[in-house]
Amino acid sequence: MTATATPTRSGPVPSDRHVVPTGATWLARDTWTEATRHLTATRRNPELLVFATIQPIMFVVLFVYVFGGAIQIPGFASYEQFVVPGIFAQTIVFGSAFTGIGIAEDMSKGFIDRLRSLPMYPSAVLLGRTFSDLLRNIFTFFIMLIVGLFVGFRLEGGLVDAALATLLLLAFAYAFSWIQALIGLSVKSVETANSAGFMWMFPLTFISSAFVDPSTMPGWLQPVAEHNPFTIVTNATRALYNGYDPGMDVVWSLVWAAGITVVFAALSFRKFTSNSK
Amino acid sequence: MPAVIADGLVKSFGDTEALRGVSFEIERASVLCVLGPNGAGKTTAVRILTTLLRPDAGRAVVDGIDVVADPRGARARIGLTGQYAAVDERLTGFENLQLVGRLFHMRTAQARSRARELLERFSLTDAGDRAVKGYSGGMRRRLDIAMSLIADPSVLFLDEPTTGLDPRSRLQMWDVIDGLVADGTTLLLTTQYLDEAERLADDIVVIDNGSVIARGTATQLKSASGGDRVEVTVSDRDDVDRVPVVLAGSLQAGVEPVLDHAARQATLPMSSTDHVVPRVVRSLDEAGIDVVDVVVRRPTLDDVFLQLTGHRAENDTDADDDDSTSAAVPEGAAR
Ligand SMILES: Nc1ncnc2c1ncn2[C@@H]1O[C@H](COP(=O)(O)OP(=O)(O)OP(=O)(O)O)[C@@H](O)[C@H]1O
Ligand SMILES: [Mg+2]
Repeated sequence: MTATATPTRSGPVPSDRHVVPTGATWLARDTWTEATRHLTATRRNPELLVFATIQPIMFVVLFVYVFGGAIQIPGFASYEQFVVPGIFAQTIVFGSAFTGIGIAEDMSKGFIDRLRSLPMYPSAVLLGRTFSDLLRNIFTFFIMLIVGLFVGFRLEGGLVDAALATLLLLAFAYAFSWIQALIGLSVKSVETANSAGFMWMFPLTFISSAFVDPSTMPGWLQPVAEHNPFTIVTNATRALYNGYDPGMDVVWSLVWAAGITVVFAALSFRKFTSNSK
Repeated sequence: MPAVIADGLVKSFGDTEALRGVSFEIERASVLCVLGPNGAGKTTAVRILTTLLRPDAGRAVVDGIDVVADPRGARARIGLTGQYAAVDERLTGFENLQLVGRLFHMRTAQARSRARELLERFSLTDAGDRAVKGYSGGMRRRLDIAMSLIADPSVLFLDEPTTGLDPRSRLQMWDVIDGLVADGTTLLLTTQYLDEAERLADDIVVIDNGSVIARGTATQLKSASGGDRVEVTVSDRDDVDRVPVVLAGSLQAGVEPVLDHAARQATLPMSSTDHVVPRVVRSLDEAGIDVVDVVVRRPTLDDVFLQLTGHRAENDTDADDDDSTSAAVPEGAAR
């Protein structure tokens, strides 16, 4: 009944079953294994993915057809050219809430404890989670893009700029996953992770340039909207999709994305290890 | 060298002293049972030994590796089945097993074949490709244990493996554990039931309020708590007093019989319980006493507690720190 490991060397293989392999390859493998867990689960319960995509589709359609006639944005041929990038950004940031909810679920079910008792890289738990969420976000994004193209949105800036804009959005989504990871690790229940994860994203995304021009907002709100990092990334991607010069917005978006990722990943890892105190 | 050494483990959560200096050792290929009521500190001890918690003081060594100094090294050698089944409900049983195998850094092919092997061993082959969401409590528990075994751990930790199971699943779980023992797995298991500890363990450590209050084999602990008792019910309440007199020869010395006239019952500590029912019935019959019922009562954790600590096994009792002096297997040096 003893399965002694006699590894034939193909790919990374530890030499002894009790020797813990180290190095970047193994960190990547552990991360991928953990990511596969969530991807398999998503594949197995596609209704989650369906609901995660129906909402943005509804948003695209509602905003374009309901407000499209009433709202004129100077400098944009149509409202959809203005609002669709905003909805992209909002959806992708909202999608990050699943990171926190998933982590809270794993913690409440005791699965995180199981993982922490394994010789894997502990950081792969969070890396795998955020990575699988990134992949899910990419999927959601392309669904939205297709729906956007369907309602009249055009990539006026060409494919290269559109690709750059998409990468910016995904970088932001990844950064926000880490904020949600910290929330998921800090709360006591899945329900709390759910409300704590979504609550602050409404003001964040609505007090911004995503749906309307901030200059139409009350005076006291305008500086808030203008300095909102969400406004900056929306402006950057909107300019790129429409073929305008984004100016410094691309750089600032990247700085924000990198800053949020570094700070919140560090806090999340710390929280993750301190749970064993 | 023992497979597990717990040496003076101390752990507090705020004001709660969960462990106040717990020490024990487990020899290789033997089974140690940590027995204690709710809140005794069983899970805390298991979590420290399995690297999930850091002790405030003391040393924990598994398979020669200090769990605080080298947690990942220790994790490669342990299997843990926590108090609550830790399985990913969204995946199938097979996928759960394969996942853990890969996180133990087995090759994929190896993890897969081992997963199939374990599904078969734990009678989960048919359910193996179904999502765990639809598993019963007993199936989850078995899958959970299978996941802990995937990489052939040197030591397996089972925290209350039968709590919450129905009697049939409980028996199945005992069979599973018997199988592990037969394979020579070093096992630490916790339980609240003395009969379970007796059935499964070589050695028992009784903890209460974070301290070891007794240790020994089941037999030693039971005799420390007065051994088996026989409860005799007679039809005439005046005969109750005569029962211990008639049976005087088979009574265990040093423990007082309990006589309950209203219930027409005498509870007697017996020196030996072999053939005890026929012996008792025959003796009482010969003495002309009409016997209604004879029941052998085995001591429970409660009896052990009552005997060792003077209080019943409750989770919120304030233990006096100088107890256990009267125990037959007293815990002398817990630190
Ligand atoms: N994370 C924690 N924070 C605060 N107190 C805790 C924590 N974990 C355990 N405790 C406390 O420590 C004591 C020992 O708990 P532990 O879970 O080890 O008991 P146990 O013997 O496993 O009980 P049970 O049979 O109920 O599982 C209890 O009083 C419990 O309330
Ligand atoms: Mg417990």
